[in-house]
Amino acid sequence: MRMSSLVRKVVFWVFVSGVAFFLVAPTLIAVPISFTTTAGIQFPPEGFTLKWYGAVFASRDWREAMLNSLIIAIATSALSLVLGTAAALVLSRAKFRGKTILLGLLLSPLVTPVIVLSVAMYMVFARWGLSGSFAGLIAAHTVLALPFVIVSVLASLKTLNANLELASAGLGATPWFTFRRVTLPLILPGVVSGGIFAFITSWDEVVIAIFLADVSTRTVPVMIWTQLRAMLDPATAAVGAILIAISAVGMLITYKLRPLNS
Amino acid sequence: MMIHGSAAEKRDTALTLSGVSKLYGDVAAITDVSFELKRGEFLTMLGPSGSGKTTTLRVIAGFITPTSGTVMIDGRDVVNVPPNARNIGMVFQDYALFPHMTVAANVAYPLETRRVAKAERMRRVMAMLEVVGLAHLADRFPRQLSGGQQQRVALARALVFDPDIVLLDEPMAALDKKLRSTMQLEVLRIVKKLGATVISVTHDQEEALVMSDRIGVFNQGRLVQIGTPMELYEAPRTEFVADFIGEANLLRGDAVLDGDRCVIRGGGWLAAIPASDARASKVTPGRPISVVLRPEAIRVETADTGTGHANRCIGEVLEKIYLGVEYRLLVRLEGGDVIQVRDRDTRHLAGVSAGDRVVLSWDAADLVLITS
Repeated sequence: MRMSSLVRKVVFWVFVSGVAFFLVAPTLIAVPISFTTTAGIQFPPEGFTLKWYGAVFASRDWREAMLNSLIIAIATSALSLVLGTAAALVLSRAKFRGKTILLGLLLSPLVTPVIVLSVAMYMVFARWGLSGSFAGLIAAHTVLALPFVIVSVLASLKTLNANLELASAGLGATPWFTFRRVTLPLILPGVVSGGIFAFITSWDEVVIAIFLADVSTRTVPVMIWTQLRAMLDPATAAVGAILIAISAVGMLITYKLRPLNS
Repeated sequence: MMIHGSAAEKRDTALTLSGVSKLYGDVAAITDVSFELKRGEFLTMLGPSGSGKTTTLRVIAGFITPTSGTVMIDGRDVVNVPPNARNIGMVFQDYALFPHMTVAANVAYPLETRRVAKAERMRRVMAMLEVVGLAHLADRFPRQLSGGQQQRVALARALVFDPDIVLLDEPMAALDKKLRSTMQLEVLRIVKKLGATVISVTHDQEEALVMSDRIGVFNQGRLVQIGTPMELYEAPRTEFVADFIGEANLLRGDAVLDGDRCVIRGGGWLAAIPASDARASKVTPGRPISVVLRPEAIRVETADTGTGHANRCIGEVLEKIYLGVEYRLLVRLEGGDVIQVRDRDTRHLAGVSAGDRVVLSWDAADLVLITS
């Protein structure tokens, strides 16, 4: 009995670590490579140096790309938070015809192939004069990020006692006062994790950015893509490691927020 | 029946509902509900679930817009006024306390929405917490309080801004049975002390009897009768009210006029009232009529002292249950009707057992007649 439960435990952990390794290792390989002392990309790396990180921050192109990525990701999270929270409120509170269809439409970017979206946006945005602009990239990334905010806020709203909003109104609060003082504080964990998802979505996004960005608005993933095709040096791996670190921090925060939700 | 008072009485009216109906599609949640509420009065809306009492409460609160009818608060028609502009305090069944705010912040909330200055706000919050006996818990969060304490916070929050009306939605439902009777008296003490005008909703008739100045009984979306607890108990206008308030034997019979008496004949019993009695006016000879006879109004005699008289009948004891303060007897009359009797004279009934024949009698004054 003891033996078989021990065996089961071992098999379980071997399997889980195997899957985790399979999923994560190809991504994480960039981290050791970024420390190599060799001039070219090499695995396993040789020696240990931080010079590639120095090279990244010394390069004007990389600095500009990081700033662009940051501007676009922050604006995307802000915009998709406002729109996504508002949409989630309507979807959870109001009763109207076609609500399911609306929800489906808002979530459709999750299942639409990104390349299809990219081509469509490229063509439309070019006509509107939005291609190559921050506004165009932010708008496009907001479309991708909205579903994450909506799903996350909807989940939070589901755990919210609907009587609280009625009680607030009954106690003399206007709808806006109720939202600020009751609804928002209580769904904040969902809003914050939706915002982090939105940030990461934009931060990591490459396909749409390749179509829409020009030299002055290119983001970090676009730069990596360009670098990969031109010349591959460990600096690119260093940028990759930075991207991974920022995404990981974001995921960690959303994970920490989860228990507060329920 | 609505009594329209003089101008002086009108000023004392806190709330008037006239002809309020709410339809959901073709289904009526409430139909033609009308009543008045005097300032300082405690009214309970009583009825089974789905009878329309909660819908009526939510119409008054402003959460539901009625399909037709008017709601007047303090002489002002509020049908199109949103809940936040109505000055009504409400205690929800689950209390709906804001979980992210302390007790003091919860109670301060309605003062904040009314832009009461901070110093004044804190003074009124502490004074109110004093009244409900929770001043020492002002800094706690709702989840740290017991059910009874949470209820008192909800009550304090609903009272602190001096609302025109306070609504209680099944206020005792979330409490265990023992705490319920304590909190009934506690809530009553608090609202009476502050002179609040209260409408409570419940399906618990005992709670309604304990707390209310008047009770409105709801059934199938209609307000079937409204009156003091005594009026409803002693003069129910429908079988439903008779059955819902207290316990009642509902007997059906045919009425005949017999000289100076009005006699109702049923399955093994005769009930009679003087023809001059006001109740006799309800009787149409030859038409069926219902008689309400409270179990405690019936006397039991073991010796056969003769039958065939009115307000007196013979039956066989089906069951005798000892309940400490009283015996409960189920007696089958010779005509087949079964009557429930509650008798406190436990010594007198000690020798009676199932299968025995007993004589039941009652006073003509205790009979309530209901025309169906």
